[in-house]
Formats: sequence, structure tokens, C-alpha cells
Amino acid sequence: MTKKLMYGTHAIGEAAIQAGCTCYFGYPITPQNELPEYMSQRLPEVPGGVFIQAESELAAINMVLGASVAGARAMTSSSSPGISLKQEGISFLAGSELPAVIVNIMRGGPGLGNIAPAQSDYFQATRGGGHGDYRLVVFAPASVQEMADLTFHAFDVADEYRTPVMILGDGMLGQMMEPVVMPKPRKGKKAAEKDYILTGAKGRPARLVKSLILDTKDMEEHNWKLVRKFKRIEERETRWEGYMLDDAEMVVIAYGTAARIARGAINRLRREDSNLRVGMIRPITVSPFPVKAIRDAAQTIKDFFVFEMSTGQMVDDVRLALEGQGTIHFYGRPGGVVPSARELGRSIARRYYQAIRKRKQ
Amino acid sequence: MKKVYQRPRSLRDVPMHYCPGCGHSIIHRLIAELLDEMGLRDSAICVPPAGCAVLAYYYLDIDMVEAPHGRATAVATGIKRVRPDNLVFSYQGDGDLAAIGTAEALHTANRGENITVIFVNNAVYGMTGGQMAPTTLAGMKTTTTPAGRKPKSEGPPIRVCELLSGLANTVYLERTAVNSPANVIKTKKAIRKAFSVQQKKAGFSLVEILSPCPTNWRMDTVASCTWIDEVMAREFPLGVIKEVPC
Ligand SMILES: Cc1ncc(C[n+]2csc(CCOP(=O)(O)OP(=O)(O)O)c2C)c(N)n1
Ligand code: SF4
Ligand SMILES: [Mg+2]
Repeated sequence: MTKKLMYGTHAIGEAAIQAGCTCYFGYPITPQNELPEYMSQRLPEVPGGVFIQAESELAAINMVLGASVAGARAMTSSSSPGISLKQEGISFLAGSELPAVIVNIMRGGPGLGNIAPAQSDYFQATRGGGHGDYRLVVFAPASVQEMADLTFHAFDVADEYRTPVMILGDGMLGQMMEPVVMPKPRKGKKAAEKDYILTGAKGRPARLVKSLILDTKDMEEHNWKLVRKFKRIEERETRWEGYMLDDAEMVVIAYGTAARIARGAINRLRREDSNLRVGMIRPITVSPFPVKAIRDAAQTIKDFFVFEMSTGQMVDDVRLALEGQGTIHFYGRPGGVVPSARELGRSIARRYYQAIRKRKQ
Repeated sequence: MKKVYQRPRSLRDVPMHYCPGCGHSIIHRLIAELLDEMGLRDSAICVPPAGCAVLAYYYLDIDMVEAPHGRATAVATGIKRVRPDNLVFSYQGDGDLAAIGTAEALHTANRGENITVIFVNNAVYGMTGGQMAPTTLAGMKTTTTPAGRKPKSEGPPIRVCELLSGLANTVYLERTAVNSPANVIKTKKAIRKAFSVQQKKAGFSLVEILSPCPTNWRMDTVASCTWIDEVMAREFPLGVIKEVPC
């Protein structure tokens, strides 16, 4: 296992290629340009490799749809404003049950916003984003290694469940360098036959892939089918990481870059003050959300400290998971501001001692 | 008795939903005949539009994938790049191709994607109830131009073939009509040519077909056909607009 120092965006690109992705379509936007640039260099080296710099994000996501229905593993990437443009296509992918991997390297918003790292698109990513009754599978890596691992895994999940999958990163993760062990395809592992792809109807009945279902009863059944699929994904694919939960009196909940900062803050707090028993639950899938992990924690822990680089979006999911149990403390830094572990730590410590005082009263 | 006419293999034996006198059904049949005659049915992949022809996938007995409104050429690009040996064509209306999907159409043509576009110009948005299309003629009344299209503020009709002819990578662009037996035969010839251009891997081909929409033109079927000759074909001249030898 050789480790290689890689940028987050490059790690995503290389992991995609290792996962068998042969098609990339994208439109430039900061802070993720290094990903299409990487793919433009790498894909021509891959048999059947296709790279197109599309005329827009609309075109890119629909090229992904075409490549996917033709049977290839396909990916697109963008940052917040571009992801907005992809939503119609993502909805079509979900409705037509086509696999695809979409990378969002989030920046500050709304509007053109800025190009600094942010977690501004959580709602968009986890609440469908596009129109219609569907759910997206969303992975939230917190390191360059995880960007590689989760991208690699995302292609399998997309194919297994015939669903679009999103990698939700931010400008910080995309542009930093860390050592990575690149995931490699298992030897002899063959991709499962896809019985829905379009190859020309030679020797078989013609195939049709679509999302238009005019009959309302059929449409209703299709919607329930998508729900059942997501339930299955929830049961089998939900991922989260616990950190220092054993003795914790307060749990920080954070994902992605925010979770890295939170880890630093927790380490610092515990080092400086042995009375401060703080742990963390880090959602790795933000959709499906690790509801059970949070509910289980709430059996013994009463205080939950949600930290996001936004004005508070995931905090809604925490609230839903807790169903009124415990107390939620929220610290949000939107607009591309990345607070230091010290800043966050101060806020955690203040709330921690307030909570303890309150409990004693 | 000798059979002189039959349903093509590539056309399903089902009733079509198109209005009487609609050009879409004629064009479907021509495509199906050609897929049979050219032996292309087994390799064909079609991307129908959002538009009156959205249900084309119930009529053509070939592999099909639905695209969002306007994005058919992007979807076709993705398919063709993965499956360069399949016959890949999109089937698009004027709203689909020349309004919401202009960017995709233009750039697909500019990249010289080796696909064929069947572009059905009926000068209106048929499916949504006869609103103004980018190809609506000057002065023509539609449900959103009740006083007639005003070129000064609403723009003159867009000539798609001429627009694309300036792009270096377009190989074959022809405009035909399906308003008379002679024109139907010419349309079939044009589509045959476009498919063969693609078979030769020569690049981007498009056939623009002036097609009657009696319902939204508020004319009977005969008047619609006459109107294509007398009015529409003046604005959109028939013939080969561009042909690069291949
Ligand atoms: C994003 C989006 N906007 C609008 C529509 C509604 N819509 C469906 S078809 C159509 C226009 C169809 O006109 P045209 O492309 O000329 O095809 P025709 O019906 O005339 O054959 C519109 C506006 C849609 N399906 N999707
Ligand atoms: S509305 Fe016009 S284009 Fe649509 S089916 Fe009827 S005649 Fe054809
Ligand atoms: Mg039309």
C-alpha cells in the first residue's frame, strides 16, 4: 500500500477512474477546477475514456445521463451555482433510476456567493434539490483519503441501487493535500450485468428508460418504489463515525470540514481540561442521515452541539432525529468563514459548562 | 396477392395519439421504414423530446431514453461517445431544439458529434397548447402572440439549418417538408442521407422538417399543407443547406 500526497479533487478523480468511471462531463467553476483538469489528462489514458468540457452544467449532467443509460460509469462535478443547474438532470436520473456520481465542492452562497469553503448546500443535497418525490444518496467526506474511498464506493452504490449519488465536499477539502492510499478494484471482480441499458435492440425486445409516467396510479407506485429503495439504502448504507463517545457528556455533530475542525477542538479541550467530556458523531452519509446513531446517543447524553459552516441546515435533521429529546446547541459560520479549532472549542466549552450548571439547578 | 405496403418492423402496431393531419406520425413512419431498409433497427438508440413526440417511444420499436426538455443532444452525445457504433439520433421539436435547447444543439453540432438530429419544425409549441415557438412566423397568431408575432420585439423566426451551417463541424443539413407525397419522399431521402453520414462516422447531421400542426394552426389538414408551401417554405427554404462531401 503506497501512500501518495494528493489534492482532494485529484483524489476524487483518480478514485473514480479506479472505480471504472470512463466518462466525465463538466463545466469550469472554482473551487473544483482541478478535478475536470485532472480528468482531461487521465481519461484519454483509459480504454473508452471520454472527457467533454460541456457548454454548461445543464449539458454536462445530461451527457452523464446519456453515458449512464449507455452503460458507462459516469461522473460530473461542480460547485454550488453549477449544482443548482444540474438539479433538473439529477431529478431525471432519480426518476429514470439511472446511476451517476455528482460531486459538489461547495462554496459560500446564495447567488454567486464567493469561492470560499462552505456547507451552504446541505438542504439542496439532502432534500432532493431537484423537483419531485425522491431522495439522493449523499456522502460527506472529511479527509482526502475519504474523498477517494467514498468516491470509489459511490459508483458501486449508484449501480447497485440504480440511483444518482452525490459526494458533498467543500473548497477546503478539495484544495488541500493529504497522503492517500488509492482504492483499487478487487482482482477478478466483474461489474454486474445491467439489464436496462441501451445497446440497440438486437435479439431482444426494445428497451425504454424514462421518468414520464402519465397514469397516476403507476406514478404513485413508482414513487413508493423509490421510497422502498431508499429505505433499503438507509438500512444498509448509512455511515457515521463516533469519536470519544464513551464518557461523553456532550456530543458535537458535524460533517466534512466542520468535523475536522470539531475533532481538533475536542482534542484541544480534552487536553486542557479533563473535566470537559465531549465526543462527536460525524455523519459520513448525510442522506440517509444517521438517525439511529443520534437517537442511541440520546439515551445517555442530553446535550448535542451542532456545528456547521452554514446558518443551520443539518441541525434540522438532528432535531428530527432527537424527536424532542435532549438540548441542541448550535454554532454556525456561513459565508465561507472557516473558524479555528480554538474558536470552536471556546464555544463548545461555554455551552458545556452552561449545560452542566443548568442541570445542577 | 402481392403485398405492396405494410407496417415497418420498427413501428409498433399501436394507435398513435397525434391529431389528424399531424406531421409527427408521418415522420415516425419514415424513420421506421428507413431503420428497416437500412438494417439499422438493431443498433438504433433514439432520444425523443419533451413535446408532442414525447410518446414516440411507444411507437418506434427501438431502444429509447427520454431527455429533459431541450437536452436531447446532450443526452445523445453521452450515448454516442460510449457507443460509437450505434446509430444515435434525437427527435426534437422547434421549442425543444431552438429555444430551451439552443445551447446544447449548437455545441453538439460544433463539436461535430456523430449523431443525427430529426428536427420537427411546426412553428409552434404543439404540446403545451400552441404558444409562440422560436420558429413562429412574423405576424403569426399563437396563444401567446394573440396579435401576431412582432419581429421587432419578439425576434424574427430562427432558421436553424442556416444558423448551424456556419459551424465547421456540421456535415449535412437539409430542410424538407411532409406536406405532399413528393415532399414526403424527399424527406425520407434526406433522413436516409443523414443516417448514412452517421454510419460513415462523418459527423453531425440534421434534417429540419416543416411539419403541419393543424390543431394549433387552427386550419384543416389540407389548408395546413398548402400553408407550408405558400407561407412557411418562403421563410424556411427547402433543400440541402449544407453538405460536406464524405
Ligand atoms: C423544463 C421544462 N419546461 C417546460 C416544459 C413544458 N414543455 C413541454 S413540451 C414544450 C414545448 C414543445 O414544443 P416543441 O418543442 O416545438 O414540440 P412540439 O410539441 O411542437 O412538437 C414545453 C414548453 C417542460 N417539459 N420542461
Ligand atoms: S398539437 Fe400539433 S404537433 Fe401536436 S399532435 Fe396535434 S397536430 Fe401534432
Ligand atoms: Mg413545435
